[in-house]
Amino acid sequence: MKKTKAVLFSILIILFFFNLSFPQENLSPPPPTEVRASDTQNDNGHSITITWKLSGDDGAGKKNVVAYEILRSELPTGEFVVRGMVPAGNNTYQDRGAKEKEDKNYFPPHKDFYYKVRAKTLNSYSESEVAGPAQAYGEWFHLGKLPVFVGTLAFTIMVLAFISLARKGKEFYVRPLAGIDAVDDAIGRATEMGRPILYILGLGSAADIATIASFTILNRIAKKTAEHKTKIIVPCNDPIVMSVAQETVKAGYLDAGRPDMYKEENIFYLTSMQFAYVAAVNGIMLREQTATNFYLGKFYAESLILAETGSVAGSIQISGTDEIAQIPFFVAATDFTLIGEELYAASAYLGREPLLLGALKAQDLAKAIVMISLASGAVAASFHLDFFLRLFTVQM
Amino acid sequence: MRRQLPILIVFVSGVFMVIQYFIPHESFEFIYEYAMDWIIIIGIFAMLLGLWSLTRASVSKVQAKAPGWGFSVMTLVGLATMLFLGFYKGNKSIAEGTFFMDLFWYIYTPIQATMFSLLAFYIASAAYRSFRVRTVLATILLVTALIIMLRLIPLGPISGVNQWLASWILTVPNMAAKRAIWIGVGLGATATALKIIFGIERAYMGKD
Amino acid sequence: MNFYERLMQLDRRWIYLGVAIAVTIPVLAPFKVPVYITPEAKAVYEFVENTKPGEIIFLAIDYDPNAMAELHPMARTIMRQSFSRGIRLIISALSQNGPGMAEQLISQISKEYNKKNGVDYVYLGYKPYPGITILAMGQNFRIPFPTDYYGTPLDSLPMMDGVRNYDDVKGIISIVAGNIAEYWINYANGRYKAKVFFGVTGVMTADYYPFLQSGQLFGLLGGLKGASEYERLAKQEGVATEGMSIQTVAHLVVIAFIVVGNIGFFMSKKKKR
Repeated sequence: MKKTKAVLFSILIILFFFNLSFPQENLSPPPPTEVRASDTQNDNGHSITITWKLSGDDGAGKKNVVAYEILRSELPTGEFVVRGMVPAGNNTYQDRGAKEKEDKNYFPPHKDFYYKVRAKTLNSYSESEVAGPAQAYGEWFHLGKLPVFVGTLAFTIMVLAFISLARKGKEFYVRPLAGIDAVDDAIGRATEMGRPILYILGLGSAADIATIASFTILNRIAKKTAEHKTKIIVPCNDPIVMSVAQETVKAGYLDAGRPDMYKEENIFYLTSMQFAYVAAVNGIMLREQTATNFYLGKFYAESLILAETGSVAGSIQISGTDEIAQIPFFVAATDFTLIGEELYAASAYLGREPLLLGALKAQDLAKAIVMISLASGAVAASFHLDFFLRLFTVQM
Repeated sequence: MRRQLPILIVFVSGVFMVIQYFIPHESFEFIYEYAMDWIIIIGIFAMLLGLWSLTRASVSKVQAKAPGWGFSVMTLVGLATMLFLGFYKGNKSIAEGTFFMDLFWYIYTPIQATMFSLLAFYIASAAYRSFRVRTVLATILLVTALIIMLRLIPLGPISGVNQWLASWILTVPNMAAKRAIWIGVGLGATATALKIIFGIERAYMGKD
Repeated sequence: MNFYERLMQLDRRWIYLGVAIAVTIPVLAPFKVPVYITPEAKAVYEFVENTKPGEIIFLAIDYDPNAMAELHPMARTIMRQSFSRGIRLIISALSQNGPGMAEQLISQISKEYNKKNGVDYVYLGYKPYPGITILAMGQNFRIPFPTDYYGTPLDSLPMMDGVRNYDDVKGIISIVAGNIAEYWINYANGRYKAKVFFGVTGVMTADYYPFLQSGQLFGLLGGLKGASEYERLAKQEGVATEGMSIQTVAHLVVIAFIVVGNIGFFMSKKKKR
């Protein structure tokens, strides 16, 4: 018995000294440090951003950190729950939640939260100090969009300034546009041939700028057709567009002093389906043998089908769209094309109203400023002048 | 007042929509989302208006026996059939094997595909008519179009060069031109929107 | 009218006949065409390949049946690749006539891989006003889609547990024909920083190269060629690869007519001198 106890005691002594000579490896990685929790900038007030300095074993040292867990509590000494995880190498996390109170992931604004970051290896972890309190709140101005705000404000001031100049009687020169110059001839041709005019507003909704620009052109063309006593057909792809088109054409006829000639049934809704609409319009073109076709608005794949069918029908065709992909088809298949912003400028050209021409000149000045900025930006980027580039950086 | 009220509504809504873009606070987000819901509701009611317009136009063509009145009969029959079948079984109309879906797959879809296929023929005739070496610019257009079309065709040893050239055309001059047009379109759209918001452009409102 | 003037003013019906014959020949006598794989197509493939099993990809089937020829092969191949790798899919169909077509595709492919609705994939269906829908999904999928296409509340689907918005998916692949593409870039990527990949029709491809360069788009499949590139990469050669021979012949015929027209133009000019 005494001998057994002595052997066991000897083994324990040997193991003790063995341990002192070869200490157990500490498996926990160094914890993340400098943890900061703050309101996420430029958001609606339901998010806090947490940043930290990477653990010493992340990408360095033992290189065994695999991920970071972010924990949150309402009290510094309360129960912390895991809010999310990011892979190693990342030192930022956005703790986001829902804005609806009924949602189980609701993130209340103006409430204190405390955070810890846990560096994890495959079989251990270590936690940072508690950071906080931090509160989420919504900002009243998105600082990341400041360049857009400044640009919009500057452009608005330019437009109003040029309109004011136009009101005072200043005359503005605008370069001729072949498509616009051809409108009168095109309407005259339809009148001489005794055939109607077809006006297509495109496949956009009433909220699309191209469709709105097309309405203003339709108004002026309707006035001219009323003066010439020529029928105008306006088949529409959208019911709201149809309602606005009816009012627009009616206003044109009223302006021309021919309200009795206005026929509501000439401006009608067909269908919202793209190719069904095109099939119907093609049928109208071929049956009515329209002399002049206007395609002004938003167009997609059907642009070439419309233009080629119009060509088969022998119509003179004037087109305009801001859909860049369709411009080549219109250029190839129609007689005159308004490219991009020329569509928006068309109403100013047709009416020659000083106010509208003033807005057009403001666009020209803005384009000049953009070109100078582009050239300056290219130079600044080449010489690494970051402060200049940051002036134009937008963060969404 | 009848003229001023719509202009005021346009001004207030337009200015609000511009301002809310810069204000992330949830009170503005709430109003924006509320406005978006209303757009959907108005759109659905506008569909009824469209249905009425189409029915009225088609019926009057049939009554007057106008040229092509047979197509108007087809329009009315198609409209009535799909409406009836759609409402008849509600949500279940779009389940596999229903008559509604059979009409969709075996009549509507092939007709849509046929109309889209017309592009293949029209592209050929439009290219034949317009790609003529009339001027220097027309020649550049033609050569560029040929390079882009040829990237899809195996050309043996010169395939690699053609692919590189086509890639360069798409990623450099094509992009530069598109960006230039987009900048112009962006400024034009902003100017048009400002003209509408400030009531300078009012053609869309009609007249009394 | 002499021969060259006739050549210059060929009746368009001859051109239509020529194209019709050109697209029929490869159908009757098929042949294979080598396809050059573009980096932008490879980027889409590698994104799916590098997604781990169990992770979620948002697949937006945003086209109508009229664009099926070009875009269906893309959607089909991506779905097959995802299901074979155990990747889960949230699928939407924001184009008006697309939902039924998308549902048919999903049913067919999910049966092939024995995938269960609500566990391996969720089909949200269609909602009008795609811009508003895409914006709302950035907050929570449940805002525009409280239920899935079949009427089941999203909260009761096992796959949607803890899945709120674009932050919870690896990325978005939108197979799209039309202006819905702009909303994915402006809202999903612009506002919510989601990774967006596109599969678009041939005519739209050139429009989206600027977004590739600016980093707003992470990959692009363009038209039937893009679909055939993807089929080659995923080793699932099918309809798109077969279609490349037809497209090649059709292009050659168009080029031939352009050449004929220009010969007529030049020779008529010469004769007039």
